[in-house]
Amino acid sequence: MSAVLEADHLTRVFSRGLFNKVENVAVNDISLRVDDDNPSITVIAGESGSGKTTLASMLLGFMRPTRGEIRYRGRDIHSLKGDDWREFRRNVQPIFQDPFEVFNPVYRVDRILTQPAQLYGIADSEDEAHEMVEDALQQVGLRPAETLGRFPHQLSGGQRQRITVARAFLLKPKVIVADEPVSMIDASLRATVLESLRELKTELGISIIYITHDLTTAYQVGDSIYVLYRGSVVEAGNVENVVQQPSHPYTQLLMGSIPVPDPRVPWGDDLSAISSGDQRDVEVRGCAFAPRCPHAFDRCEDDPPHYRLDDDRAVKCFLYEDRPVTDLESMLSENTTSPI
Amino acid sequence: MTSANGEPVLKVNDLTVEYETPRGMLRAADSVSFELRPGQRFGLVGESGSGKTTTALALMRLTQLPGRIVGGEVQLDGVDLLGLSENEMREVRLAQISYVPQGAMNSLNPVIKVGNQIANGFKDHLDSISRSEISERIVEVLRSVGLDPGVSRMYPHELSGGMKQRVAIAIAVSLGPKVIIADEPTSALDVVVQREVMLTLRKLQEEIGAAVLIVGHDMGLMAQFASHVGVMYAGKLVEVGEVLDIFDNPFHPYTRALIASLPSTSRRHRLTGIPGLPPALLELPGGCSFNPRCDSVMEVCRSADPSYDQIREGRWTSCHLYAEAAT
Repeated sequence: MSAVLEADHLTRVFSRGLFNKVENVAVNDISLRVDDDNPSITVIAGESGSGKTTLASMLLGFMRPTRGEIRYRGRDIHSLKGDDWREFRRNVQPIFQDPFEVFNPVYRVDRILTQPAQLYGIADSEDEAHEMVEDALQQVGLRPAETLGRFPHQLSGGQRQRITVARAFLLKPKVIVADEPVSMIDASLRATVLESLRELKTELGISIIYITHDLTTAYQVGDSIYVLYRGSVVEAGNVENVVQQPSHPYTQLLMGSIPVPDPRVPWGDDLSAISSGDQRDVEVRGCAFAPRCPHAFDRCEDDPPHYRLDDDRAVKCFLYEDRPVTDLESMLSENTTSPI
Repeated sequence: MTSANGEPVLKVNDLTVEYETPRGMLRAADSVSFELRPGQRFGLVGESGSGKTTTALALMRLTQLPGRIVGGEVQLDGVDLLGLSENEMREVRLAQISYVPQGAMNSLNPVIKVGNQIANGFKDHLDSISRSEISERIVEVLRSVGLDPGVSRMYPHELSGGMKQRVAIAIAVSLGPKVIIADEPTSALDVVVQREVMLTLRKLQEEIGAAVLIVGHDMGLMAQFASHVGVMYAGKLVEVGEVLDIFDNPFHPYTRALIASLPSTSRRHRLTGIPGLPPALLELPGGCSFNPRCDSVMEVCRSADPSYDQIREGRWTSCHLYAEAAT
């Protein structure tokens, strides 16, 4: 079992101010890994300010971590040069949140598909490239005749986003880092795009790191999940367990806030149990969630470690103090059959 | 009808809005008709471009060129808003029918303190209100949306998205309107904040007994918030009914597909989207606009546009499948 992409104790600190430095830990000690022969969809779930986009930028090599290392096939990605760097770039592909911003408005949409096909030498001839592009478009439910030759503004958001997914089909990378790929798309088209993502995994063996704030779609497509709160993983495990039995108070809050599409399963009316997290700039001491937590007690003034719940679940919360302490890194190396 | 009582406070009849484009006239809202009773929460759902925001803006008479309201009636307590002068309409807005715009968090004036923005409504609509009364009312209205009164001295940029959204709601309810129109009030917010904001809106709406029209594309949010749902497709209202009834027994094939495409957290299943794309309003297919995507399409659907009929008590739809059931 070899890892294609590994994040090892990643931390990213942003600081501002020249003399009185204010430090903001956007990503705090996160480890994850994607295996070569066991394609999976790993969900990174969190709200705005949780650090999920910072984490994505680091995994894609767009941003250097303050501490820790990202390895592609065992080598630090920031030590890669030339062909090695190009191989990393080809095999770890992004799908961005905003399908309106990834296209250059003055070029036809074909370019985003044909250019990488040529650049990475995937097709031998122009005809072959064209055929592959058409094939990729059909895979995501787009009709080539209605898509190719058009300018970005002539296509809807859903169509554009599916073109970016088609691009991933075409390049057949090992890993896709998808940052909120469906948040800008109408609900009726989300299902189609998510299903395309799942096919990337099952048919092409591509692993996906799916970054989202939406636990419903996470549950539908994910295998494992990391729930992020202000930069830290507060709960990690198999998506089925985490969604059905959320253990960290924050995961419970997130689950309880989902507007379930069933009028018979109402939201709780209890406004007192939750309080808004309007405290982004407050310096954190101890557990970052404690100020909003209905279960907070004295212990929460310290920063909790990860406690191990089931075989494959880690929860960063003192409520589980009686369980063995674990860390994500060791759980990853132990759990090689199913990515945690 | 559980939450509906009394006479309709808002009656919309055949409201039609057109936009003039270089490629021809485009009908963004086509003969939209529905009623709102006090206390109802009516969710208007549809994909982007289905005409839901166009409809909401037309109700406030805020349609801007090149768009024009070309027909219909909007009766608020028996008064046709479309017949009022601009000055009369200005008195009705906020006081009787108020609007929380899409991305309301960005609708606040960035250089005016929150308190002064709330005060503007009181000053414009209540002639004899004193300074101290205004201050009292600001404190009251901020408290009602769960904000600290100190927020009134802050500028919008000092607030989080959820707090700004609460301020927008505070302004909308400040004069106790009969109807509140909220256009995607939580689309940019995180789920936790979304729930808080929606519960706050519901609490206030119940307190002042107003009717709410909420516009959105998230059926989940509608299931949680709305008492009634109206589904729009390509400028037309294609189905209306009570929320439970619609989820249990959707009539229109589009509504059925919309509900079937919703991911849930109780069961993992293969996700099915709605095949095809919503039509461009300038190139509508002949007959029923939904026919190219419909799984129950019949011959008649390609030639004749179905009428919008009441199928049974409290349920309307426009679909040829129910032509016989129509009363």
